[in-house]
Amino acid sequence: MSPDGHATAVHGGGAHAAAAHAGHFDSAEQQRESASLGMWVFLVTELMFFGGLFLAYIVYRSAWPEAFGAASHHLDVRLGTFNTIVLIGSSLTMALAVRSAQLGRRQAVVIFLVLTMILGATFLGVKAYEYHHKAVEHLLPGHGFQFEGADPRHASMFFCLYFAMTGLHALHMIVGLGILTVMLIMGARGRFSAAYYNPIECSGLYWHFVDIIWIFLFPLLYLLERHG
Amino acid sequence: MAGHAKASGDANTSGHGGHHVVPVRVYLGVFAALLVLTALTTAAAFRDLGPFNNVVALGIAVLKATLVVLFFMHVKYSTRLTGLVIAAALCWMVILVALTLGDYWARGWLGVAGR
Repeated sequence: MSPDGHATAVHGGGAHAAAAHAGHFDSAEQQRESASLGMWVFLVTELMFFGGLFLAYIVYRSAWPEAFGAASHHLDVRLGTFNTIVLIGSSLTMALAVRSAQLGRRQAVVIFLVLTMILGATFLGVKAYEYHHKAVEHLLPGHGFQFEGADPRHASMFFCLYFAMTGLHALHMIVGLGILTVMLIMGARGRFSAAYYNPIECSGLYWHFVDIIWIFLFPLLYLLERHG
Repeated sequence: MAGHAKASGDANTSGHGGHHVVPVRVYLGVFAALLVLTALTTAAAFRDLGPFNNVVALGIAVLKATLVVLFFMHVKYSTRLTGLVIAAALCWMVILVALTLGDYWARGWLGVAGR
């Protein structure tokens, strides 16, 4: 980025405006745009990371559609739908937390972050229950895998991908809860203002990205061949 | 590239020192739309739409993701450079998927010498 016109305008605002951004940026606006652009570059590498798993899923599912459909019937659509709603709700509260930070409302930031974390933890709790249920049903891929169906070998492949994809997603959720804990502490200490809220904005981008991954995982894994 | 730094000025920014504060009703509207689409995709999965089951499921997922990206992730109000980064990523995803599936699809077309 080359410096542009608005730099002088911000510095002209006096010491208060200058304190809102680091010395190597021309303005708080440029600093904010750089931070979110950097976060987006990270998120698209994450997209590639998940993209490989999605591709593996597409290839295996198109090769063995019957086995994947039969295996998918062992997932609980109600729990999957519930978790989808929980995660969408957490995205709403996250967006409202960022908005509160933009407006410098310290108490609202804390409340919305706590709500987001409660919803995130609820999602992980339901996920843990589902994993436990799969273990009880002998659906963990490996020596103990038992599947009543025509093609247990490729049903096992479905569960390999199910655990790899939802497991990686859940890992991102756990990391997200860690990040939100830091944001909660920063927010409670009043570190965010209308002039500076980059950390919570970038944390929000991460949280919403993880939500988007689930938006694709839910129909691909849970809603397969449900009719008939 | 310098021009992109100022691109947010073109978006519908309101006051607040150059950044955009999205009204709460927009967030609530997006949330409601996401819930409706979730109900729709679940209901559609239990009906036999033939080859369109997959199309509907993926179409709704893409629509939901677009809503999240544009509004919750503020891309509607961000610089064009952000949009370019996302578009580039999607291009690479299409290359990844299209070339791999093309390979699997066309694999049986030619005999392999010595097999």
